[in-house]
Amino acid sequence: MGNFEKKLEVFWKVFYEYGGYTRVLTGLRNTIYIAVAGLVIGIIIGTIIAVIAVFPKYKRLPRILDGICKVYVGFFRGSPIVVQLLLFYFVALPLFGSKMPSLNVCMIVFGLNSGAYVSEIMRSGILSVDPGQLEAARALGLSYGVSMMKVVVPQAIKNILPTLGNEFIVLIKETSVVSFVGAADLYVAFNYIGTNSYEFMVPYLVMALIYIVLVMFIAMLVKLMERSLRRSDRRN
Amino acid sequence: MIDVIDLKKQYGSLEVLRGITNTIREGEKVAVIGPSGSGKSTFLRCLNCLEDPTSGQIIFEGVDIADMKVDINIHRRHMGMVFQQFNLFNNKTVIENIMLAPVHIKTHDLRVKKIKNFFIKIRNLFAKNKKELYVINTTKTKIREEARENALRLLRRIGLEDKANVYPSTLSGGQKQRIAIIRALAMNPKVMLFDEPTSALDPEMVGEVLDLIKQVADEGMTMVIVTHEMGFAREVATRVLFMDEGRIVEENTPEEIFNNPQHPRTKEFLSKVL
Repeated sequence: MGNFEKKLEVFWKVFYEYGGYTRVLTGLRNTIYIAVAGLVIGIIIGTIIAVIAVFPKYKRLPRILDGICKVYVGFFRGSPIVVQLLLFYFVALPLFGSKMPSLNVCMIVFGLNSGAYVSEIMRSGILSVDPGQLEAARALGLSYGVSMMKVVVPQAIKNILPTLGNEFIVLIKETSVVSFVGAADLYVAFNYIGTNSYEFMVPYLVMALIYIVLVMFIAMLVKLMERSLRRSDRRN
Repeated sequence: MIDVIDLKKQYGSLEVLRGITNTIREGEKVAVIGPSGSGKSTFLRCLNCLEDPTSGQIIFEGVDIADMKVDINIHRRHMGMVFQQFNLFNNKTVIENIMLAPVHIKTHDLRVKKIKNFFIKIRNLFAKNKKELYVINTTKTKIREEARENALRLLRRIGLEDKANVYPSTLSGGQKQRIAIIRALAMNPKVMLFDEPTSALDPEMVGEVLDLIKQVADEGMTMVIVTHEMGFAREVATRVLFMDEGRIVEENTPEEIFNNPQHPRTKEFLSKVL
């Protein structure tokens, strides 16, 4: 293990004395930024798609919207996120002549991608809510959209919160591919440390640890949130 | 007040309502009775278009609300509805349940007025004939305050003021149903529709709910009540409709229907339930 101690020493030198930790912190920040922005955009898009999916389809407009949503979900679930990132960054952006920073690209693509997954989660959540809730809201004169947003979706979110937490964890882990389009995440930071010390064992080990701790921390937060949302179920 | 003209409802090939024509006048309390599967609940739910009629007209205050082009939400504000399963919003406290619709609708109207005023102001900058602005004499906070006061007043009336800030899951069935009734009343409806309001209640809670409905009836509210409580129908209703197989078979005053039924189906039904 003497070898390992030496490796640790080298890692510490680059990590601390040569300022590698600033990159790690930036990487951590970017990872969290992308995952949080991705989840927020994903929930918004997912909710809209799910509401369209459960909307009664007597008229033409909802049917067309539903068709568009199906194509959307099909594309984003049917292709790897790396492909989507590359397509967005190297095809879509040049086509529109836009110079968007790669971090923002990642946020948007992860949001679009998770929107497709969240829509299915949300749809099952909405269907799990008693239809009487929607009827009662409609009978009071609230529109379909308002009834959904104020009554049905909050209850749906409560039902699907554990699954949404899972989706967030998946997002955190998936962010490790953003270096494909040049965004600096945890992988980039530790790769930098490794290249500068000619030693990869410890950096990647620490990287794995950080991911695990991060995910466990989020799992704990989800549990806390779930408990506070269950308030309306408890007798008090 | 409500004119129902040749109302029909089909689910696929199943005819639930086979042409109902009736008029509900202001101040009337109409009880709808009949065997299960006779279409009485569907009839009630068609009155505020929770079920879209297959054909026929429902004229409410001069507007055919069965027409899909009509904005049904505006008309539903004036029709309170009480469900068999209470349907209190589980994610909201009791007082939020009562306040939700009045607050939302009034703030929505306020917002629409403000936006319209904004465009009128822009228009007035250029046009010669100045248009008048909409009068805005309320604010969001004021709307909330008024709705809260009204909700508390209604809760006080049914003696559940102390339950204002609890969630519905902590209440008994009778309490839930009474809150559902005042939630509908908070919109100041012109007509109240009751869909078997006591069928899902424990027997000892039926009384408190019926008492409240009776009170509301005595205040002159127009009501349509689908019910299995024959005693209640006899006591409160001014007119009873007996429905069977999607048609109104017989209608009359409660005394006539219960003491002297004409149609054989009515006789048969009443002999079973009374």
